Amino acid sequence: MSSRLRNRPGLIKRLNFSANVALYSGIAIISTLALLAIAAPLISHYDPTGQDLENTLLSPNIHHLLGTDQLGRDVMTRLLYGARIDLAIGVIAVFLPFVIGTTLGLISGWRGGWFDAILMRIVDTTIAFPFYVLAIALVFVVGAGPKAIILAISLVGWVAYCRIIRAAVLVAKELDYVHAAKLSGLPTRRILRRHVLPNVISQAIIFSMSDIVLSILAIVSLGYLGLGVPIPTAEWGSMIQEGQAYILQQWWIPTIPGVMVVITGFGLSLVGDGLVKRLNK
Amino acid sequence: MNFLFYTGKRFLQVIPALFGISVAVFLLVHAIPGDPADVILGQTSTPARAKVIHHMLGIDRPVFVQYFSFLGHLFHGSLGTSFYNNDSVTTLIAGRLSATLFLMVGGILLALLISLPLAILAASKEGALRDQAVRVVPIIGLGMPQVWIGIELILLLGLKVHLFPVSGFGDTFLQHLRSSFLPALSIAIGLSPILIRSLRAAMLEILEADFVLTAKAKGIGKSRVMISHVVRNAVIASVTVLGVNIAYLVGSTVIVERVFAIPATGSLMIDAISKRDYPIVQGVTIFFAVVVVVVNLLADLIHASLDPRVAL
Repeated sequence: MSSRLRNRPGLIKRLNFSANVALYSGIAIISTLALLAIAAPLISHYDPTGQDLENTLLSPNIHHLLGTDQLGRDVMTRLLYGARIDLAIGVIAVFLPFVIGTTLGLISGWRGGWFDAILMRIVDTTIAFPFYVLAIALVFVVGAGPKAIILAISLVGWVAYCRIIRAAVLVAKELDYVHAAKLSGLPTRRILRRHVLPNVISQAIIFSMSDIVLSILAIVSLGYLGLGVPIPTAEWGSMIQEGQAYILQQWWIPTIPGVMVVITGFGLSLVGDGLVKRLNK
Repeated sequence: MNFLFYTGKRFLQVIPALFGISVAVFLLVHAIPGDPADVILGQTSTPARAKVIHHMLGIDRPVFVQYFSFLGHLFHGSLGTSFYNNDSVTTLIAGRLSATLFLMVGGILLALLISLPLAILAASKEGALRDQAVRVVPIIGLGMPQVWIGIELILLLGLKVHLFPVSGFGDTFLQHLRSSFLPALSIAIGLSPILIRSLRAAMLEILEADFVLTAKAKGIGKSRVMISHVVRNAVIASVTVLGVNIAYLVGSTVIVERVFAIPATGSLMIDAISKRDYPIVQGVTIFFAVVVVVVNLLADLIHASLDPRVAL
C-alpha cells in the first residue's frame, strides 16, 4: 500500500476486513471441496471406475447429474473421486519441498560461506530445468504415477522455499532480537528454531498456497499427457484428456474438471492473499 | 566498458549452471532402471549380444569415463543418436525446432499483448476499481490448467466458429501461423497471470520514480507521461519478467503442443518415453535446460543494454 493509504485509518480497517473476508471465503471454498472429496462415497452410490456400456455418453439427467462418459461411468462421481486424488497429491507433494527448502534456506542464510555458495549453484541448475520437461524425464526414470509426480515436484519445488527463507534469514540475522539471543549464549539450533524460524516462516506459508495450486496443475497436466495417475483411476487430468474426443457433443466432460481446478486455485489464492494481509500487518 | 565487464561476468556465471545441467541429466539417465541393451535388442536379447551392445554404447566403461565422454560429445554439439533409427538427436530436435519457436514467440507476443494493457490499466490508478478488477485476473487465471485452456479455445474458437485449425501444424508459413495461433494463445493466457502481476508491480515502482515526478512537474500531460516514460520502462521490465519465466514458458509449449497435436520438440520427448528411447529424452532435456540458461542470459544482457543502471 502506498503512503497515501497508510494515513487513513478508516481504510486500513476496511482492508483488514476485506483480508478476513478473502481468508474466510477461501477457507470456506477449500473446506467445501475437501468435504465433497471425503464424502464422495456418501454423495454418490456409483463406482467411479464402474463401466455401464449400455448407457454411454448420456446427457445430464436425474440419475446422472453430469451425464456419463464414453464408458458409461458417472461423470459426477468421477469428478468427486478425482478431487480426492488431485487435492490429496497436491497437498502431499508440497509438504516435502516445504520442509527441505525451509531447512536448507535457514542453514544457507544463517551460515553463508561455502555451503551457501554451493547450494546457490544447485539452485541455479535446478531452475534451468523447465518443470514439465524434468517431470517427463522423471516419469521416464521411475514410471508414471503419483510417485513420479511427487518426486518431480519435490526436486524442483524446494528451490522456491529455499530462496524465500534464505532472503528472509539474511535480513533477520542482523536484527536486534537475534543478536540478543546470540549474546545470551543460546545454542545456534535453538536460535534458529525458536527465534529465527517463527519470524521468517510466514512468507513460505503464503507461498505454499500458490504452490499447492501449481502442484495440482502439474498433476492435471501430467494426467492429461498420460504420464500421471494411471487410468482408469478417476483423476481430473485424465478426465480432461478422455473428454477431449467428445468435446462437440459433451462439452462439459472436459470442461468441468478444469473448472474444479480453477475453483480450487481461486480458493487457495484467496487464502494466500488473506494470509499476506494478515501476516504482513 | 562497464557493459563489457558485465557481459563477461554473466557469461562466467553460466558455466557452473551448464556444468550442473550436464551432471544432473547424466545422473538422471543413469538412474533409469533396466538395461538399454534389452530395449534395443528386445526379444532377441542374449547375454552375449547385450555385451556387444554395452560395448557399442560405451556403458561398459567406468562411470567417470562415461561422463567425460558424454561431456566431450556435448562440446561437439552431439546429443547422441536415437536407439531406433540411428538419427542424431540434434537433427531430430532441429527438425522440430521451428514449430517450438512458432509457439514460443507467438506465446510471448500474445502474452504481452494481453498483459501490458491490463497492467497499464491497473497501475494507472492504484486501488481504483479497474485496478481491483485486473487483480482478480491472476487469481482466477493461475488456476487454469494449460491443457484445459487449450481445449476450451478449441471448443470456442475452433469448433464453434471455425476460425482456426484445431490440430496439426500445416505445411506453409501462413498455415504454420494460422495453426499456431490457438496454441500460442493458450500459452499466452497461461503466462499472462504471472506477467500481469509482475508488470503491474514494475509499473507502480516506475510511477513513483523521480523522473516521472519531474515529467509531471514540468506539466507534461498525464497520458504522455504514461506513454513516453512509464510504458517505455515497463517494456524494459517485461524483458526481465519474461527472462525469469522462460522455464515456465518452455514447459507450457511442451504441454500445449500435445493438446493441438503439433509435432514440436516436446512431443519428440513424450513419444520417446513409450519407446524407451533414452538418448532422445536425455537430449531434449539438455536442450531445453540450455535454452533456458541462454535465454536468461540474453534477457539479462538486453536489460543491461537498455537500462544503464544495471551494469553499474
